[in-house]
Order: sequence, then C-alpha cells, then structure tokens
Amino acid sequence: MQCPKCRGNMRTYERNGVHIEQCDNCRGIFLDYGELETLTRMEAQWHAAPPPPPPAAHGPGWGAPHGGHYGHHRQRSWVNMLFSS
Amino acid sequence: MTLEEQLSTLAERYGGRGEPEWAVTRTDVLVVRRGEVVVKAHSQRDDPAELALRVRAAASAPLHGLMLAPLCEEVLRVAGRAVTVWPAGRPVSPDDLAAAPWEEGARLLAGLHAVPLTVLPPLPAAGGPARAARAVARLTGQSAQERLVRQAYAGLPEPQPLPGLLTHGDWHLGQLVRRDRWLLIDVDDLGVGDPAWDLARPAAWYAAGLLDPRSWERFLGAYLAAGGPALGEGDPWRRLDLPARTLTVQLAALALDRAKREGRELDETEQSLIEACGRIVGLQRSLR
Repeated sequence: MQCPKCRGNMRTYERNGVHIEQCDNCRGIFLDYGELETLTRMEAQWHAAPPPPPPAAHGPGWGAPHGGHYGHHRQRSWVNMLFSS
Repeated sequence: MTLEEQLSTLAERYGGRGEPEWAVTRTDVLVVRRGEVVVKAHSQRDDPAELALRVRAAASAPLHGLMLAPLCEEVLRVAGRAVTVWPAGRPVSPDDLAAAPWEEGARLLAGLHAVPLTVLPPLPAAGGPARAARAVARLTGQSAQERLVRQAYAGLPEPQPLPGLLTHGDWHLGQLVRRDRWLLIDVDDLGVGDPAWDLARPAAWYAAGLLDPRSWERFLGAYLAAGGPALGEGDPWRRLDLPARTLTVQLAALALDRAKREGRELDETEQSLIEACGRIVGLQRSLR
C-alpha cells in the first residue's frame, strides 16, 4: 500500500488486535474502517479500569535504597542509638 | 550529702540493697540502681507538676501490664530535683540484637495507644514533637551538615490535626524492661499525642537503611496485628511519613551535636542519618 499523502511505502503493524498502516517515509498512520472506534473503546476501558493497587508499602520516598548491608552496622553508635533517647 | 548519696540512700529506704550502680542515660538525668530498686533524678527541664500526672498515670490500673508501675506514686524532691522510685527490671540485651523483643515492644505500644484517655488522670501533651524541636534548636553551627539538618526540619509540613491518643513519646529499645513480662518504662514524655510518633524512631532507622527490613517488618507487623490504632487503614507510611522524617532530623541533629562535643567526624551510622536528611530535602524541593 502507498501512503496517500507522500506516496511512501506503508507497512502494516498489529497492536492489540488493531491493524495499523504506517508510512516508512512520513510516519503517517492510516486506520481502516472501525479501527478508530476500537482504539477509542480501548482507551475508555483503560481509563475506567480500577487504579492499580498501591505498591507494597516498603518505605517512604526518601528512604535509603535497601541493599542488605546491615551486617556491618555492629558499630557502637548504632547499638547506642537503638537504646537511647 | 551529694545528690548521688541522697539518691542512693533513698533507694535503700525503698528496700534496695547492694552497691549502687549508676546509669548515665543523658547528661541531665541521673539514675541509680540498688538491687531491686531504681531511683531517677529527672531533668531540671521536666515540669514537676506534669511529671506528677505522668507518674500517677503509670501507677493507674489501666496501664497495669503495659507500663512499669512506680514504687512511689508521688514525685519526691531531692536537692531541688524531681525524683521518682521504680522497681528494677531486666533491660534488653544490646549483645543479642537478633533476639530483641521487637514484637513485644510493638504489642505494648499498641495496647498503650488503645487505652482510652477518659480512664486515666489528666495528662499533658506527649513529648515527641518538643524533643525534635529542642534537638534542632541546639544545632547552631554553620557547617554544611548542620545547615542541611535545619533545612530538612524547616521544610517539614504541618501535621494533620488528629484526635490525640495515649502516647509514650520517646520509644526505643531502652524503654523496655522485663519483670514477669516485658513492660514499657520512662514516663517523662508520656501524654496525649499522635501515637505514630512511637513507631517513628524505628521507622526512621529503617528509612535510613540502619534497621534491617526483617526487624522493621517484625515490629510493624506485630503492631498492626495487635490492632494498634496509630496508622489507620492502608499504607502505614501515610501516617508514619511525617513523624519518621521528624525523627530522622532529630537523630541527625543529636548525632552532629554529639560528634561536635567529642571532637570527631560522624561515623558511618551517623552519616546515614545525614544522607536521609539530604533525601528529605531533595523530596521537599521536588514537591515545591
């Protein structure tokens, strides 16, 4: 198929069951009859979907990246901190 | 007689035998143990009238099994200092942190927070927020680290108003002793406040990468499983975030103050707190 705008070659892609023709030259996109409606419907479903559950509450945004290096916190000051005001 | 001698004599009068053992927990507080009796001379900063209310609360029936009850319900005066008398208990061992009673501490806090204020003598505000303010106010130097800590404190948002609950006010592993069971000790900051502050110090340690996730989850999990009311429903960090940020700033301020007095650089543990303050400031900047 030739691009109706620039006469470039159009390539067919499939995205989630929708056929899309895209021009290799001008990157323009051609949709078949009904495909715009399909995309609109999929977009609406996306917006209506319940929000994904919050990520497991592992810590605050300002928390340290936890890399499991706690073993060498045997310092006296760490032990003191655990036990004092 | 010196204050020390008078405290030691007082411990004996309450049945304490054996050589006095002195514990210096803070520079402004003096604690002596003689056998089964502990006598504490409180900070001159503590308001004796408020302390009396707190001691009375610890002696009251609703706190039985949660907080250590005093041997004497009154606050005594010794050499101008407010003094309280307590039965001795076995503290948490610092040598075996893997066996630290995180769950027991969490369950005691959950029980404390659930005590209705109406069954207690009237209580002052819990001491947590004031502690943080004092720690930062002591930090008057102009080093980059001190400026960072002050900046982190200044950028903390206003707390959401919440109904106050019974709150320990200064919880850490040193605030547990074992008698026939584990009990909370230290009434100095006990009062009405946001109970999330009692979880905020372990939360701050965890967020600074100091407390291992396993211990943190043991503590938090036990608190939630015991029905602790401090964190509401859903993400526990929603209520923990602000008090944990504040405790991070407080701990960093104390670390800087101590290092300065001892004329040394921060060690790795203390440095982790400064780095956490850096991340707090970064986050506050990105939200502005």
